[in-house]
Amino acid sequence: MNEAWIIVLKRDLLLAFRRRSDVATTLFFFLIVSSLFPLGIGPEAAVLSSIAPGVLWVAALLAGMISLTRLFAADFADGSLEQMLIAPQPLALLVLAKILAHWIVCGLPVVLLAPLIGLQYALPNESLLVLVWSLLLGTPALSLIGAIGAALTLGVRGSGLLVALLVLPLYIPVLIFGAGAVAASQHGMSAQAHLSLLAACSILALVLAPLATAAALRISVE
Amino acid sequence: MKINWFKYSSPQTFYPLAGKMIPWFAWLATILAIAGLYISFVIAPTDFQQGEAYRIIFVHVPAAWMSMVIYIVMAAWAGLGLALNARLSAMMAQALAPTGAIFTLLALVTGSLWGKPMWGAWWVWDARLTSELILLFLYLGFIALQSSIDDPRRADRAGALLALVGVVNVPIIYFSVKWWNTLHQGSSINMGAAPKMAATMLLGMLLMALAFWMYTVAVGLMRVRCIMLERERSADWVKALSLGAK
Repeated sequence: MNEAWIIVLKRDLLLAFRRRSDVATTLFFFLIVSSLFPLGIGPEAAVLSSIAPGVLWVAALLAGMISLTRLFAADFADGSLEQMLIAPQPLALLVLAKILAHWIVCGLPVVLLAPLIGLQYALPNESLLVLVWSLLLGTPALSLIGAIGAALTLGVRGSGLLVALLVLPLYIPVLIFGAGAVAASQHGMSAQAHLSLLAACSILALVLAPLATAAALRISVE
Repeated sequence: MKINWFKYSSPQTFYPLAGKMIPWFAWLATILAIAGLYISFVIAPTDFQQGEAYRIIFVHVPAAWMSMVIYIVMAAWAGLGLALNARLSAMMAQALAPTGAIFTLLALVTGSLWGKPMWGAWWVWDARLTSELILLFLYLGFIALQSSIDDPRRADRAGALLALVGVVNVPIIYFSVKWWNTLHQGSSINMGAAPKMAATMLLGMLLMALAFWMYTVAVGLMRVRCIMLERERSADWVKALSLGAK
């Protein structure tokens, strides 16, 4: 069981590595979206640092979302998803490996790049650290919840836009706690409560989302 | 005597039953609405603080109640459909979604009409307003997902799963929005301010809520009848029905 899990994880990471441009697209999207705001709002450091938590988190949210349609599409097209469905190993476990690969490929780079953009938004050092922590704890929940939407819209026309409509309302708690953690640290308060709640969201999603995604895949592929 | 619980679980037997039930619920809705509106607009006293403008709550509050109740009922039907593989349950869920979305929109619109004279703003990012808005998004997501999948069976089950995921998320969303709201703004606006409501006001509100409820049942049944005919168009009973109508 563990073996199959690791094989799926390795395979997805290898596939992502072979198609590096896909990964780069997500990162560039994050970079561009977060660079547009200063151009639209103005370069005053005080304004920028006050909107930074929200802007960076929304940009991370959108970057994670645009890559969701790729999560199952290729496997669905070449039939390997069907093999996973009839495999003896529990589907939720294999799905979890795919979600983890998606997070490593699309979520982790955003986490690592975020402090760099935070600097451009004149965030103080301690807030940058909280930003990294909040993204590290929160982005797994985004990948997990997003996977449900990706599985439900598999092979549906206009699936890219539909995923946004389904998944974004469900992302709201993560956005609130994530941006709230950074904002709290800016105001000299402890970000502890927000970070704990973010971790709680991720853990809850870790338990429920793979099961829901597996059920959604069975509905979609059948 | 053994009761057959599943007698009305097939579209063929439920279609005529729904047809018989619709007028009852429609009439109940009409009578309750007339009584409720009369009490709300004629008998209920003018509020000493808010003047006449408060009367919009007789539509607003019941609409907001219904928007939440319908989502839960819809998810319950959807879950039942998923668990028992019952077509009719899924059709009920599909039939209720547009009504729920309309009530959510009505609550939002009447809320902003009330907010303008009371708060001086069409929209404030109050916790309840925000979560009502998110509820509208959830309804729209459900409707969009169902209508973009062509195969009705897949649409039913995908929609059901989404509704269940939504139900799990609704409390999380509600509390996160509430905490976000208390963090960001002071208690300049307190929506829970209905300290002592006159008994007639409460009666008017309850009558309107019941009227909306009956309306929802009537409209839901009408819509489910349409869905049944559309989906079962190749079934014998629908053909017999259309021949009989000629």
